[in-house]
Amino acid sequence: MLRRVADALYWMSRYIERAENNARILDVNIQLLLDFENQNEAAVRRHWEPIINSLEDRELFFSIHPEATAETVVDFVSFEKKNPNSIYSCIGRARENARTVRELVSSEMWEQINSLYLYLGSERSRSVFAGSGYEFFKSIVDASQLFQGITDATMNHGEGWDFLQVGKYTERADRTSRILDVKYHLLLPTGEKVGGNVDVVQWLAVLKSCSAMEAYRKLYVGQVAPWMVAEFLITNDTFPRSIRFCVNRLDLALHRISGISHTHYGNEAERLSGRLSSDLAYSTIADIFSFGLHQYLDRIQSRLVEVSKAMLKTYCDWMEEEGKMHYPLKSPAEA
Amino acid sequence: MSGSFSDYQSKGFFDEMFAAEGVARPHYRKLMERFQDMGREEFERKRALAAQSLLNQGVTFTVYNNNEGTERIFPFDLIPRIIPASEWDFIERGLAQRITALNMFLHDVYHDQRILKEKIIPGETIRSAAHFRPEFMGFDVPKDIYIHICGTDLIRDESGVYHVLEDNARCPSGVSYMLENRQVMKRIFPKLFGRYSVRPVDTYSEELVKLLRSVSPDGNNEPAVVLLTPGIYNSAYFEHSFLARSMGIEIVVGADLVVENARVYMKTTKGLKPVDVIYRRLDDDFLDPKVFRPDSLLGVPGLVEAYRRGNVNLANAIGTGVADDKVVYYYVPQMIKFYLGEEPILPNVPTYLSANDADRAYILEHADELVIKAANESGGYGMLIGPQATKAEVEKFRGLVAANPRNYVAQPVVNLSRAPAFCEESIEGRHIDLRPYILYGDKITIVPGGLTRVALRKGSLVVNSSQGGGSKDSWVVDDEPDAAAC
Repeated sequence: MLRRVADALYWMSRYIERAENNARILDVNIQLLLDFENQNEAAVRRHWEPIINSLEDRELFFSIHPEATAETVVDFVSFEKKNPNSIYSCIGRARENARTVRELVSSEMWEQINSLYLYLGSERSRSVFAGSGYEFFKSIVDASQLFQGITDATMNHGEGWDFLQVGKYTERADRTSRILDVKYHLLLPTGEKVGGNVDVVQWLAVLKSCSAMEAYRKLYVGQVAPWMVAEFLITNDTFPRSIRFCVNRLDLALHRISGISHTHYGNEAERLSGRLSSDLAYSTIADIFSFGLHQYLDRIQSRLVEVSKAMLKTYCDWMEEEGKMHYPLKSPAEA
Repeated sequence: MSGSFSDYQSKGFFDEMFAAEGVARPHYRKLMERFQDMGREEFERKRALAAQSLLNQGVTFTVYNNNEGTERIFPFDLIPRIIPASEWDFIERGLAQRITALNMFLHDVYHDQRILKEKIIPGETIRSAAHFRPEFMGFDVPKDIYIHICGTDLIRDESGVYHVLEDNARCPSGVSYMLENRQVMKRIFPKLFGRYSVRPVDTYSEELVKLLRSVSPDGNNEPAVVLLTPGIYNSAYFEHSFLARSMGIEIVVGADLVVENARVYMKTTKGLKPVDVIYRRLDDDFLDPKVFRPDSLLGVPGLVEAYRRGNVNLANAIGTGVADDKVVYYYVPQMIKFYLGEEPILPNVPTYLSANDADRAYILEHADELVIKAANESGGYGMLIGPQATKAEVEKFRGLVAANPRNYVAQPVVNLSRAPAFCEESIEGRHIDLRPYILYGDKITIVPGGLTRVALRKGSLVVNSSQGGGSKDSWVVDDEPDAAAC
């Protein structure tokens, strides 16, 4: 497979996953607010700034909007063209990447991503959005999941598909860590206790945004506590959005690409992903909390960046000189 | 109105569908019945279906405006253009004759130059041709094929006679629209296809990849063939990707390739993989910054050296652009006589060379009646249509012709034939041309029909997509038994 093609598949997959997770984050925050309708303005603001913080787009956001309100944050994360990580930009970039590899993606995959792109640029998406945020975010999540289903059912499960898996699971692990982190930034209203009503509602929202509610409830019957939710979303090895699950899948996909047994490593990316996967397998939630949840999640994110950088260097760098012909449409902050 | 042709005006031009007011030609009758059965609503529904289908599949070209690229679908007209088989057979013979002569001409002009020595074409015309590549004098191309793929534009005059308007011997585009148009038509008019036996076009990609594989440098039975594109921002990128997909070959950009020891490789996840044949959709100038334009970022440094050493083949060959020069075009009928000893089957459009004193005098005097064209422009640019131009534009071209006679030719305005097209409110006649695609390998293959382009602006004679043109599906169908009666 061409290195440029592997690169495009990887980013296409990441951007779609990113768009989906942005929709999840916003949706859950809107849901949360409905539970606290009688809050004052300052309290509402406290609900939206964490999202901007967690997505690390603070500087750009405040260069466009003076204030983090429901309208400005939702618009910034959904439609803002200047934000390279908005849902609109992500789908646009995923589609640009798909366009460069149309000989590898099936027609069905292309039509799905193309119609999602056309939908986002249309009046229709704006009016769905204006009518109900929930409907709009659901339409994005559904479209992304449909795309993934179509991909699994219509694309050859060979090397190209493995690069899609690498992209998808890298992004998903990163986003799950950010969703957890939103809760870290979300301060409890004064007088509320950790483990109290409001706290529990917030942790439930985190589970919901990862579609993890049912899976969690089966494992931790009748109990919602911060450490349990964090334990589930970080270290569970069978739930498809937990960080550990994602890193395992990422590690397996890397090994399928190289053909090396997954008990060994053949390149730097495999060494790093294998180590991260072991760390997640052997960490307890007590270790994580004593390290500091936010610090731990931060560390996961930067280790994912290292895996990604090493993977790109091994398989995807294809330009002789920088700036020769710029295809990879990614923001400079990324690997 | 309905899909009917009741208000259709066919007078004043050669009309593809109507022999006389209200009298359809035999091969159009079944189509007319079908359209007359159709209400306005059904027609609109089909039209929307076609447009949506093209948009979803990304059958688009990109228009740049304020730095933001917008994708547009190439406007598609639902009423097919129909060519009876007997007429097509004649066109096919004419095109085969023409491409054979052009390939012989290219061999000659890059070797002995007999045609110049015998003064059929002035040597100066060739030496001054913008796309002549003297660096390749004496160079032998595999199988002696220069033009592998040719897209020749045909037009019909007021009496229905086919003329060659130009040969596109470099990177002719548009074939993907021909193929997609057919797919769309089959989806929306399945019954109509049942009533006609339309000759299929879908073998094109198969034939093209066979041809490309057959011209690999010696000794390779399993050649790696790739399509080289300028990239996704090129307006024809859809076509490049479409063709690569339907041929099952890799599509590459310049930076995917690297030359080591005069051998071309592509950079893969598993290391470097050799490349044998490159179907390049990039003009000569951009192929290799070491040889041609040094500022080109689209090509591959060292590619030309690998080609010269016979380690890789290019389709089309380097230097075919000399045959696209509109002054050289003037001489194609003479080439046919010179190399083949035959009379040309398809005539050129009558052409005046401003390099000839007498012709130039005529051109300068009649500039406001003629079409004046720069020798090396295309896409409807660098062209004056005298009768439709302002006085200032006519003056400007007079100046250009006088200052640089080598670079201009002129032709009388040909009122291209018209075919019914669906325009805003009703069905009206619009001017059309035809671009068949000719594949020249061990045999000559021309898929029946080609791309019919239609000038959708009322009265316009320019069919290019950049100038408001659209396209139609083109059907070659068996002659009707009673055709002779008309």
